[in-house]
Amino acid sequence: MSKRLVWRKIVNGVMLTLTGVATFATVSVLFVILGCLIYQGGKSLSWNFFTKLPVPTGQEGGGMANAIVGSLQIVGLAALIGIPIGFLAGVYLAEFEDKKFGSLVRYVADLLNGVPSIIVGILAFTLVVVPMHGNSGLAGSIALAVMLIPIVTRQTEQFLREVPLALREAALALGASKWKMIATVAVPAGSKGILTGMILGVARISGESAPLLFTAAINQYWGGLTEPTASLPVMIYKYATSPFDDWHSQAWAAGLVLIGMVLTANILARLVLAKGVSVPRG
Amino acid sequence: MASQAVIAQAPVKKKTTQIGDIVARWTVLVFAASLLAITGLLVYELWIGSAAARSALGFGFLTSSEWNPVTDKFGALPFIYGTVVTSFLALLISVPLGVGAAMFLSELAPAGISNALTFVIELLAAIPSVIYGLLAIFTVVPLMRTTVEPFLKHTLGLLPYIGALFRGPAYGVGYLTAGMVLAIMTIPFVISVSRESLLAVPREQREAALALGATRWETTWQVVMPWAKLGIFGSVFLGLARALGETMAVTMVIGNDPSIHASLLAPGYSIAAVIANEFSEAGGAIYPAALIELGLVLFFLTIVINAAARIMIMATTSKGSKRV
Repeated sequence: MSKRLVWRKIVNGVMLTLTGVATFATVSVLFVILGCLIYQGGKSLSWNFFTKLPVPTGQEGGGMANAIVGSLQIVGLAALIGIPIGFLAGVYLAEFEDKKFGSLVRYVADLLNGVPSIIVGILAFTLVVVPMHGNSGLAGSIALAVMLIPIVTRQTEQFLREVPLALREAALALGASKWKMIATVAVPAGSKGILTGMILGVARISGESAPLLFTAAINQYWGGLTEPTASLPVMIYKYATSPFDDWHSQAWAAGLVLIGMVLTANILARLVLAKGVSVPRG
Repeated sequence: MASQAVIAQAPVKKKTTQIGDIVARWTVLVFAASLLAITGLLVYELWIGSAAARSALGFGFLTSSEWNPVTDKFGALPFIYGTVVTSFLALLISVPLGVGAAMFLSELAPAGISNALTFVIELLAAIPSVIYGLLAIFTVVPLMRTTVEPFLKHTLGLLPYIGALFRGPAYGVGYLTAGMVLAIMTIPFVISVSRESLLAVPREQREAALALGATRWETTWQVVMPWAKLGIFGSVFLGLARALGETMAVTMVIGNDPSIHASLLAPGYSIAAVIANEFSEAGGAIYPAALIELGLVLFFLTIVINAAARIMIMATTSKGSKRV
């Protein structure tokens, strides 16, 4: 072997090894994060965490039952608002698109998807919190819905477009009207992917805290639609940045619960519902 | 009787299907238009909300570096500086790692392993920002304070010129820590988009290079990479847009000091972080308006960078699929 060939082979080996190291380093981050959360969160997770209200610092016990329920309320309402709007807008893009208006809507959906979540919080603050004269669970839901809509729109469009043309033509040839074809053929055919997209979208908004900071805010007691409402992500932020050790351990427990919910939804959506379908994110 | 009834109904039925289609069309159109309305409303509210600050402070807002709500002094420069510096640091770390990992996943790893690892990386992208912040506060910050920052001070800090970036007390929180946490958060986005761009490169390109005797690395670096270049730039911009707008994790580790420091070890502030921390307590007329104007600046920064990213990604993936 010539000297040059040896050199080329060495470069080849070194660089390819480095790409492997980069991959390994990245992938191991997930396991480090999970390990830390399970170790630290597991120490402070107890039955009380799920059933008790927060207690002032210094007192033993206490939990985040209000934040768990609050998160479910806020995210549930956001899904109720955001999923229908996003889904129907996605149907428009995939099935009824006019060239110019369609690409404008698509562009705007991508733009909205890229807007920093804290800015969505400002929008919900001026739209809901200011007129209602106070923080409310509703304001938080609206902020999260605004984030959910473009995600669901683009996912719905993408999976409707994957439904084969022959299937649509068969329905139309049998005399079905267009909306009947969409409702009974195209949407059911793409439903697995669409559902996956919706679950991933809901999982993503359920971990958001920035848009909730000054909309749903925080509450030591049970919240509601018209009252400030605690949520797990905001509680993690407040407790982790507090100077108290017992609040820190509560934050770890809340982190473990939150990541458990988010990752379970992700794994279920990706493995069970859409086997083999990869979901690009935007 | 029956056949008569059918004949009589036929034209009527045709009309109703048309009406059904028209109703369906307009219904979904209204919902599609609601996305435009929401975006319009967002821009409108940011513009109106920041009016008081824009008229009181003018362009001086963007160039002043003094931020003191008590005396009504509002300058955006420390926040813009902090946002740009931390995002730049993040890319400095995440781009080589992310593109390297994307090369491994698309060029080297067998399909099964590549898909499994991609799945793990997508899970990494799904982890909420506040969880990264939680881990950063209790693990990364102490590590930076006790080990990494003193080490950097005693090595890079002694060099001329760049040494100024690594001086001062080691707080643990600051630009460098925020940049590192952002790097970890942007890597998944860089990997998944870069990997897709690399996978869009036609097989023949690789085979031709290998047949000419190029090594795997030479094929990847000199043939596949130039082809996918634009898409990879796109992934970098997408990562940048994420990093600029990232709020919670940065807020928790940047140190929240509204002034500009030359040293990367010093605490700073970012646009998103100052809004998160101060918006709910901001009183008076100009203070909240100034924070909303910061939001407006961040909004325009991210849409410009997002648009650039999307154009580049689209150009690459469509180029690849056309040639195949």
